[in-house]
Amino acid sequence: MFSRIGQPRMWTFIIRRLIQSVIVIIGVTLITFTALQMSGDPTYLYVSERATEAEIQRTREALGFDKPLPEQYLNFLGNLVQGDFGNSLSYKRPAIESVMEALPATLELTLFAMFLAIVVAIPLGVVASLNRGSAVDGSIMTMGMLGQSIPSFWLGIMMIMFFGLQLRILPISGHVPFIMPLIQGDFLRAFTNLPQTLYYLIMPGFAVAFYSISRNARLVRSSMLEVLGQDFVRTARSKGISERAVVIRHALRNAWLPVVTMIGLEFGFLIGGVVVVEMVFSWPGIGRLVFNAINQRDIPVVQAAVVTLALVFIALNLIVDLVYAKIDPRVKL
Amino acid sequence: MTVETTQAPQIVSRPLSHRRREFRRAVRSMVQAKWPLLAALILFCVALAALFGPWISPLDPNRQDIMVRLADPLSEGRRNAFFLLGTDGLGRDVFSRLLYGARISLTVGICAIMVGGTIGVIAGLLAGYFGGWIDDIIMRLGDIQLAFPFILLAIMFLVILGPGVVNIIIVLGVGQWVTYARIVRAQTLSLREKEYVEAARALGDPTPLIIFRTILPNIIAPLTVIASFNVASVILSEASLSFLGLGVPPDVPTWGAMLADSRDQLMANKWWLAFFPGMAIVLTVLSFNILGDWLRDFLDPRLKTMG
Repeated sequence: MFSRIGQPRMWTFIIRRLIQSVIVIIGVTLITFTALQMSGDPTYLYVSERATEAEIQRTREALGFDKPLPEQYLNFLGNLVQGDFGNSLSYKRPAIESVMEALPATLELTLFAMFLAIVVAIPLGVVASLNRGSAVDGSIMTMGMLGQSIPSFWLGIMMIMFFGLQLRILPISGHVPFIMPLIQGDFLRAFTNLPQTLYYLIMPGFAVAFYSISRNARLVRSSMLEVLGQDFVRTARSKGISERAVVIRHALRNAWLPVVTMIGLEFGFLIGGVVVVEMVFSWPGIGRLVFNAINQRDIPVVQAAVVTLALVFIALNLIVDLVYAKIDPRVKL
Repeated sequence: MTVETTQAPQIVSRPLSHRRREFRRAVRSMVQAKWPLLAALILFCVALAALFGPWISPLDPNRQDIMVRLADPLSEGRRNAFFLLGTDGLGRDVFSRLLYGARISLTVGICAIMVGGTIGVIAGLLAGYFGGWIDDIIMRLGDIQLAFPFILLAIMFLVILGPGVVNIIIVLGVGQWVTYARIVRAQTLSLREKEYVEAARALGDPTPLIIFRTILPNIIAPLTVIASFNVASVILSEASLSFLGLGVPPDVPTWGAMLADSRDQLMANKWWLAFFPGMAIVLTVLSFNILGDWLRDFLDPRLKTMG
């Protein structure tokens, strides 16, 4: 029954999920491509407003926009596989380079927010479910409702005003790299940086994660309530096992399965939040890059950023699915 | 306005007296639960602001007055101008801009779910009623869309197509269809085998008539719940996009754009610039969420036990 990595069934599952991911990526490229065509003549997105007719024609030929559509799409796909989104219009260098430079900072923020969304939400949900109907439950649920109604960027601004400018206990912007030195192989620097990295992550991390914390806490609570009412929990209690063990080993273990699936979908919201919150904290990630690119209508950078973030999201989701398959022996592989 | 939606679960032919009783039950339940009543009240005020903003707003939301830049809330300007919520960096009245902002938020929220709801309901009805390859194609399309953070696509579309209310409604609307399609499909699957549907089929009713007149009226109830939550999330998305400068043209005041402007004054600690538009968003979204919660419990009391 229990499949582990290394066993054939696990591999078919991984391969099937990979194929699914490829289909999603093709879908994304098709949509990106369609969006470009919907603007009328995409050439105009790549030239300045004062370009002469000859320049426009040259750009059109250089980018292949004069070819038939299917050929254009295949070229587009071919370039994309090589990470070639064209040159950034404002930086005059490959768009993908700018995105790759910004990716580590975005990953730090995303992973930290995911960590918060899980580690803060589970205890809150469990405590609420164990004290159902009490004031504690009520306030956790109220917070959960509120958390789903607050725009992450506004929460960021309010936190900056309160913790940063009034109390002066947290930095309002700044970033100490952790993943970048890690990639460069400078482990010493990475780990001496880590405390500072986390310190600067606190406010943006919470701003991004608050929405997901609220949703996950509610989810854990309802999932726990369902499990706590079932026979095997009563049996465990009647055997005289300590309440702590009943909750953690029997109830929670069963309750978090639906939670893990939902958390995978949550990442989508989370990445959307990252893009906006980076703006608020001047976080040097993809979100800030996208914002600047939007203002300059730098289409190659926007495309490269969107496709890269999509890949990150798909990869993270794949990991969640694998974890899910590993902790739930009942999952169909 | 929300109370009326609870009439939806009725089958068309039920007598009016029953509807009225149902309506009274909804009002009673709302008053009893208190919070939904407050939420409905808040939304009523927001709707008033959206409908009559130009008549009740004290000043022109785009009138700049360099003499009264960054005036505190409750301060007075020249010619008897009174700034209830202060002015922004260009001397524009924050309260008037808030009232105009309600219009964009509500319009985008409601129109987007109508676009998404229409696509989703039709897709779900077709998938559920016909099954087979139609079902496969529609639902796999939905899976693909859900496997992708939609806000990223919205950003890309709006960068390319340019800002505008219609563009944002279409983009955010298309982002919502899958939720509706999934629910409608599930409901249609179970209704398809019901006796009264079979009866309609036996009577020789044409298929479109069966789908839209016999099945559709019976699945509207759960849709109102989703719609309520959806308006909330669309308003949040619209605010994010406006904050990024992707919403409506800059001369139209929106809550998200007001927050974006407030960033310039962040260090100057002019708190009202960020606080009030943010509160407007939170109260509106929160009210839609509370109403959605209440509506769900009201329509299906069994779910209440799960919280």
